[in-house]
Amino acid sequence: MHSRIVEIVVGIFVAIGLTALFFLAMNASNLASYSGDEGFEIVARFENIGGLKVRSPVAMAGVKVGSVSNIRYDIKDLVAVVTMTIDAEYLGEKKDILDENDVKQAVQFSQLPSETSASIYTAGLLGEQYISLQPFESADEEDEPYMAVGGEIVTVNSALVLEEVIGKLVFSITEGGGDSKDE
Amino acid sequence: MVNPVQMLGRSALTFFERLGRAHLFLMDALWGFFSMVMRPRLLVQQLYSVGVLSFLIILISGLFVGMVLGLQGHYILSNFGAEETLGVLVAASLVRELGPVVAALLFSGRAGSALTAEIGLMKATEQLSGMEMMAVDPMRRIITPRLFAGILSMPLLAAIFSMMGILGGYFVGVGLLGVDEGAYWSQMQSKIDFSADIINGVIKSFVFGVVVTWIAVFEGYDSIPTSEGVSRATTRTVVHSAFAILGLDFVLTALMFG
Amino acid sequence: MNQVDDNDILVRVRDLHFQRGTRPIFSGANIDIQRGKITAIMGPSGTGKTTLLKLIGGQLKPTQGAIEFEGENIHQLSRSKLYKLRRKMGMLFQSGALLTDISVFDNVAYPIREHTNLPESLVHHLVLMKLQAVGLRGARHLMPNELSGGMARRVALARGIALDPTMIMYDEPFTGQDPISMGVLVQLIKLINDALGLTSVVVSHDVQETVSIADYIYLVSGGVVIEHGTPEQLNASTSEWVQQFMQGLADGPAHFHYPAETYLDDLQAGVK
Repeated sequence: MHSRIVEIVVGIFVAIGLTALFFLAMNASNLASYSGDEGFEIVARFENIGGLKVRSPVAMAGVKVGSVSNIRYDIKDLVAVVTMTIDAEYLGEKKDILDENDVKQAVQFSQLPSETSASIYTAGLLGEQYISLQPFESADEEDEPYMAVGGEIVTVNSALVLEEVIGKLVFSITEGGGDSKDE
Repeated sequence: MVNPVQMLGRSALTFFERLGRAHLFLMDALWGFFSMVMRPRLLVQQLYSVGVLSFLIILISGLFVGMVLGLQGHYILSNFGAEETLGVLVAASLVRELGPVVAALLFSGRAGSALTAEIGLMKATEQLSGMEMMAVDPMRRIITPRLFAGILSMPLLAAIFSMMGILGGYFVGVGLLGVDEGAYWSQMQSKIDFSADIINGVIKSFVFGVVVTWIAVFEGYDSIPTSEGVSRATTRTVVHSAFAILGLDFVLTALMFG
Repeated sequence: MNQVDDNDILVRVRDLHFQRGTRPIFSGANIDIQRGKITAIMGPSGTGKTTLLKLIGGQLKPTQGAIEFEGENIHQLSRSKLYKLRRKMGMLFQSGALLTDISVFDNVAYPIREHTNLPESLVHHLVLMKLQAVGLRGARHLMPNELSGGMARRVALARGIALDPTMIMYDEPFTGQDPISMGVLVQLIKLINDALGLTSVVVSHDVQETVSIADYIYLVSGGVVIEHGTPEQLNASTSEWVQQFMQGLADGPAHFHYPAETYLDDLQAGVK
């Protein structure tokens, strides 16, 4: 029947339209990275974050492992506090550890080494800024080998701000070569 | 005899009268939604003539717009050595602007004009009056299904347009100009935000769908029932739709991305 | 009309005023339409005969006065009640007003399918019955654009009686018809009125054909009813205007010339 064909064609049309929406959502946007497990947060404090923004990527060895979820300024310590959300696949195991009062507590660990450091780099000459995490094996065997969820990265390198670099350069040149050698 | 002030006043009054009538008309047509739910077949038929018949033009135009974006974008971005961001450029311009706007313009030319002409001719040949006398409400039977078909089709068509455009940009950028395939998609995925870009684009196309279909069915229903009247109404549909789309696009963009 | 019993009057038009823009179409018309009879509304072109039918059908609102159908004021009904009332009315438009995108069969089936939930086999029977009544059963697969004007009107008639209405209104049913299809239509209107016990209202300015079937005639001109009565009464009327209209004379109280200055003055005035 004619109306049956119309109904089928309309059904196909709607399906293609919804597929297109789905394509845009999953293939062309960041929705895919929202989906699934929420991931976990870690914190780092920088003196200067340069052009870092919320949703800037967090990478390890160039591989994206998460993104910046929050940036605020801590007026007491006079630093920028950056919260990163790391993908859930880097979660580690739960362990019971003793806190200062020798009470056992369950702590969720990640798979990031405890000595991981964070640096703010720029991708390309004009590119956006991102956080790069560098893992280091802990020298002390006694320490926990992994970073706890919600923990803070201690070793940080702030963003290089071009004006500051140039300013320092100009300063060191005008001070004269002799002085700078003293250091 | 006719003094210009009088004329201005009269045309202003006519304008407001028409504007008011158009809004009452819209309310009435939207209200018909509840009776339409009882008879989904009417909607399906109109989805066919409004949506499906606009499908091909949207598909092809989207592909070509995307290909042009790929070429132009690559030309400019290569000056900065930033060819990898081609995917972002193509996707952002399509999803935010070109998808909803160009699809709506094409839609008003393809489907809007046809709606106006169809309804205007039904009026001119007394088919609407005839329906009324058969105790069939033409608002419910003719207008409401067409209005909702347009409102539903538009976001789908805009999404299809954007998808085809992104694929067109991919063919040109990655296929012809040698942009890295992984960079094309991954840059796009990291820079295009689902709620800020995709959802806002869908909202835009939804608004355009309402406005374009509204203009089209109202112009048809309100046309002077002669061949000249219908042809004028059809022209007005296309012109007014274009104005409305571009004007509203500015307002919506300012609200969403401003 | 005073001799008629009140219950016999289906439609009662009282003190009807209607304006289109600033132009008055009706200014105080009174019309009664009797049940089971064919009432003709006649008058020169442009006197608002079609408008009258649209007023009765509730498609237009009078500026003053009332139109009652079975005692209910049409223009005070709610929208849903008005639509319910219209099921009791059929109307035959001059153009036929067939839906152009569906076949003859579907056109006749349209009101049945819209208003009832009858099974398709019954709809089929009903439609064939109605089409048989107008002699177009064989044309049921044609599309409206394949029909002649007369056939289109007959299909519209079949559609108009599809729901067995109480009253059917004909808008200029004879205009622009060849003698044969005109004869067919005249016969059909009479036949259907009598066979189905309908009330018919015929708006026309074709005097001969209308007079031959009408039971009662209203002559309308200048927004009011000039004269009314049975065809015999009107033919015997002493009014010059009535005689002019009924006989179709070129000049009389209704002038051949549009009002103007005298011809001589106009010529002497030259080009302004």
